[in-house]
Amino acid sequence: MNINDVILKTVSKAVVLIILTFGIYLFLSGHNQPGGGFIGGLVIASAFVLMFLSYDSETVSDALPIDFKKLSAFGVLLAMASGIAPMFFGGAFLAQSFGYFDLPIFGKTELATVTIFEAGIALTVIGVVVNIILSISEDE
Amino acid sequence: MNNILVLPMLFPIIVGVVLIFLRTYGRIQAWISIASMALTAGISFYLLHTVQTDGIIRLDFGGWEPPFGILFVADSFSILLVLTSSIVTAICLSYALISTSKELQTMYFYPTVLFLAAGVNGSFLTGDLFNLFVCFEVMLLSSYVLLTLGNSKRQLREAIKYVSINIVSSWFFLVALAFLYGTVGTLNMAHVAERVAEVGQTPLLTTISIVFLVVFSLKAGLLLYFWLPGSYSSPQIVTSALFGALLTKVGIYALFRIFSLIFYHQPEITHTIIGIMAALTLIGGSLGAIAFNDIRSIAAYNVVIAVGFMLVGLAIATPAAIEGSIYYLIHDMVAKALLFLLVGTMITLSGTSKMAGMSGLMKNYPLLGWSFFITMLSLAGIPPLSGFIGKVLISSAAIDNGSYVLLTLALLSSILVLYSLLRIFKNCFWGETIVSKEEQLPLRRGVLLPCLALVVLTIGIGLGTEGLSLYVMDAAETLLNPDMYIDAVLGTIQ
Repeated sequence: MNINDVILKTVSKAVVLIILTFGIYLFLSGHNQPGGGFIGGLVIASAFVLMFLSYDSETVSDALPIDFKKLSAFGVLLAMASGIAPMFFGGAFLAQSFGYFDLPIFGKTELATVTIFEAGIALTVIGVVVNIILSISEDE
Repeated sequence: MNNILVLPMLFPIIVGVVLIFLRTYGRIQAWISIASMALTAGISFYLLHTVQTDGIIRLDFGGWEPPFGILFVADSFSILLVLTSSIVTAICLSYALISTSKELQTMYFYPTVLFLAAGVNGSFLTGDLFNLFVCFEVMLLSSYVLLTLGNSKRQLREAIKYVSINIVSSWFFLVALAFLYGTVGTLNMAHVAERVAEVGQTPLLTTISIVFLVVFSLKAGLLLYFWLPGSYSSPQIVTSALFGALLTKVGIYALFRIFSLIFYHQPEITHTIIGIMAALTLIGGSLGAIAFNDIRSIAAYNVVIAVGFMLVGLAIATPAAIEGSIYYLIHDMVAKALLFLLVGTMITLSGTSKMAGMSGLMKNYPLLGWSFFITMLSLAGIPPLSGFIGKVLISSAAIDNGSYVLLTLALLSSILVLYSLLRIFKNCFWGETIVSKEEQLPLRRGVLLPCLALVVLTIGIGLGTEGLSLYVMDAAETLLNPDMYIDAVLGTIQ
């Protein structure tokens, strides 16, 4: 393609950053407020899709050498692992716990194991969405 | 804590995900997946014994007590099915190891089969209606992949039909769930059952139950089986064996569960409709089985007949009939997998699926022929094979209940099953041998081993009915006394 899409490329450079920030915010606010791994994952995946659209897929694939099939598999594995872990501590499958910790910059912060589960879901969603888009676009 | 209860679903998923990373190692994948399904079968066997000693067991996910959280519940009925489906999956996988091309093995075949097994086991175990929907979807998504693996035009055509019909029925499922949730305010099966019993099954609830009936009939192939013969006869041999053995059984399980646990207060409406649908299924399936000359289509129509037969048991709903249906459900998983594997092997050997293209196979492959013979007898219900006890129990229950129309149709369909398979046996195995001994395709070493394992299983179930009866009677008792299930889920909140 020889279209002069300089505007699209410049804008998407900035927009991708905003989308990623928003996605990570949604992901972190997940378990108490609207948001979570699924929605955060979708938003982050949309940033990747925007990059694939505005640049060609070779450039992005060189910059991001990730196999998205394996990323989604890893996500499922992570989510499952967080569900299995409590079984070794006498809890039920998928049981979660949380605690409050004093962190250097953030002060008193709530850390919950559900974040690990959500991270697995987010990775799975990112992997699946990007994989679908790539499979369609790479088709001859 | 009964965390072991989640393993029949969790274990295949984890192994399947790990196998995605081992994509290029076809044979290692096969061995790992066979071992994992064998282990799952072992776990289910242990669970079956635990249920006998401790009664119905449940696992509340994340410690959220019912009716607030999602849970898995194991009674004898569900665990028996989990056990059978795990064993059958393991055997089908070993057939895939021996016969399938390397190309297919690296296309995520084994992970997908494991996800399918996880969906099936989850559907049997779950105690929550929405979770049932999710497990159905896990199973269906895997079946879409398995159906389209390969590259024939026919597969694509059948897959489009199969996917669209299942998306429509899943949508109906969601609508039914929404109606039910709007009416009784819960989706926990035991809680729904309790509330329906409290307020009585009003006309509105009966209507909702009929929406569920339509949904599960589509999945089980009860009357709404128009999609089934095409999609079960187009994919790879192993895939159609797995589909024939497992997929419709999940729909049948759901029908049994819903109409014995929740909507059993108006049998004169719901169970009559089920009876009529079962009768029509028997007629349609029998016509299909004797009409076709393509042996895979005949096998697929035999699946339809069996669905009708099992639902006759639910329509009659006496203890003997339910017991008969459970026996038949277990028998049919084994026998249908065996039938599809044998038919597939015949097609591979002769290069055609038309009956006219095969003749005198018995001379070239005697073991294959006699395995087919035993399968035929088992499906027709000849003692001492596994199909016998189920047919006897359902028939005698139909006589006691005075359901003579259902009885006649059930017995006639058995004769037509025998006739349709006898036609294959006569045309393909007897007759003039077309291919001489020198020119025959060699039967790959070990291809028949999985089939023989299933033959041993069908003989074993037939001879070991005495040992099995303990579990089946318990399963039928739980199905007919919904209070046992409700008590186990809601009664003992610690």
